[in-house]
Amino acid sequence: DPRPQAISDAIRVIPHFPKTGIMFQDITMLLLDPVAFKHVVDIFVDRYKHMNISLVAGVEARGFIFGSPIALAIGAKFIPIRKPGKLHGRVISEEYELEYGSDRLEMSMEAVKSYERALVIDDLVATGATLSASISLWVTRAGAEVVECACLVGLPRFKGQCRLKGKPLYVLVEPSHFDGLTI
Amino acid sequence: MATEDGQDPRIPKIASSIRVIPDFPKPGIMFHDITTLLLDTEAFKDTIDLFVERYKGKGISVVAGVEARGFIFGPPIALAIGAKFVPMRKPKKLPGKVISEEYSLEYGTDKIEMHVGAVEPGERAIIIDDLIATGGTLSAAVRLLERVGVKIVECACVIELPECKGREKLGETPLFILISSA
Repeated sequence: DPRPQAISDAIRVIPHFPKTGIMFQDITMLLLDPVAFKHVVDIFVDRYKHMNISLVAGVEARGFIFGSPIALAIGAKFIPIRKPGKLHGRVISEEYELEYGSDRLEMSMEAVKSYERALVIDDLVATGATLSASISLWVTRAGAEVVECACLVGLPRFKGQCRLKGKPLYVLVEPSHFDGLTI
Repeated sequence: MATEDGQDPRIPKIASSIRVIPDFPKPGIMFHDITTLLLDTEAFKDTIDLFVERYKGKGISVVAGVEARGFIFGPPIALAIGAKFVPMRKPKKLPGKVISEEYSLEYGTDKIEMHVGAVEPGERAIIIDDLIATGGTLSAAVRLLERVGVKIVECACVIELPECKGREKLGETPLFILISSA
């Protein structure tokens, strides 16, 4: 399948962002290539369309970009997992650790039934902290079943498929390498 | 709730799937919360279809989406019409070289940013957000794209809060909406 290589080639690496030592995987270049973007969505849709998934949760904000088209294509509801204070109505929240301090993610409690099967999407998994918090939101708080977490890019320790908080993690491509050109 | 295009039978269903929150963000404003629309798979699909039908085959090569709810509607539209998706973001979120445009808030200012080189002069674009209120963010997005030579064909939102006068703020730029809170 030539698509993963084409997808990898479309991801731009920005060195030392947001801080020194981090090689940032910038997926926004991929979004400028409609063919590559469509490949990403198609691969995820092919994987999930027969898994009886009724909910796709996307982690703010880049998870929205991939989660929304996937939800539409497989006929699932889309649920945004958001930074604090953005959602209305009844919300549940989960704290997670940052390198310094902590942050929170929130999800709306409305219309989530405990028998639902959920997919959680983000663009990239680095430490796994955000995805783990999202899984906690679903499983322990909302009572839905997380079928899988999916990311476009995963850092090497997440190579292939493995598990995060006991849930399968599917990663489409490994990180791209910096090609030496400065931006 | 009035509908912009009463003729299309999909619009009333979309309108009824949107939760209205009175007196938010200020007294007298009826905020429209699209997260309930996203839970109605048919309404969400119809929303995207209405935009795709309008913009397909019109030579639009750029769909710009305003962070963050524009990231929910913009990408499926971009994919369906074969256009690039360009995220327009709050400051310091985009890595690499960016250009930015400042805009006024009620108190103070904010900025919207886009990657340098994401678009080329002469491209035809639509700008998507879920809702237009005062039009501050959308008009900043228009200015940003126009500064680099892009032609804005239209701004498109699911909802308009006409009492906030966003349409006036957009001036000459056309605005297409599905649902008005009037």
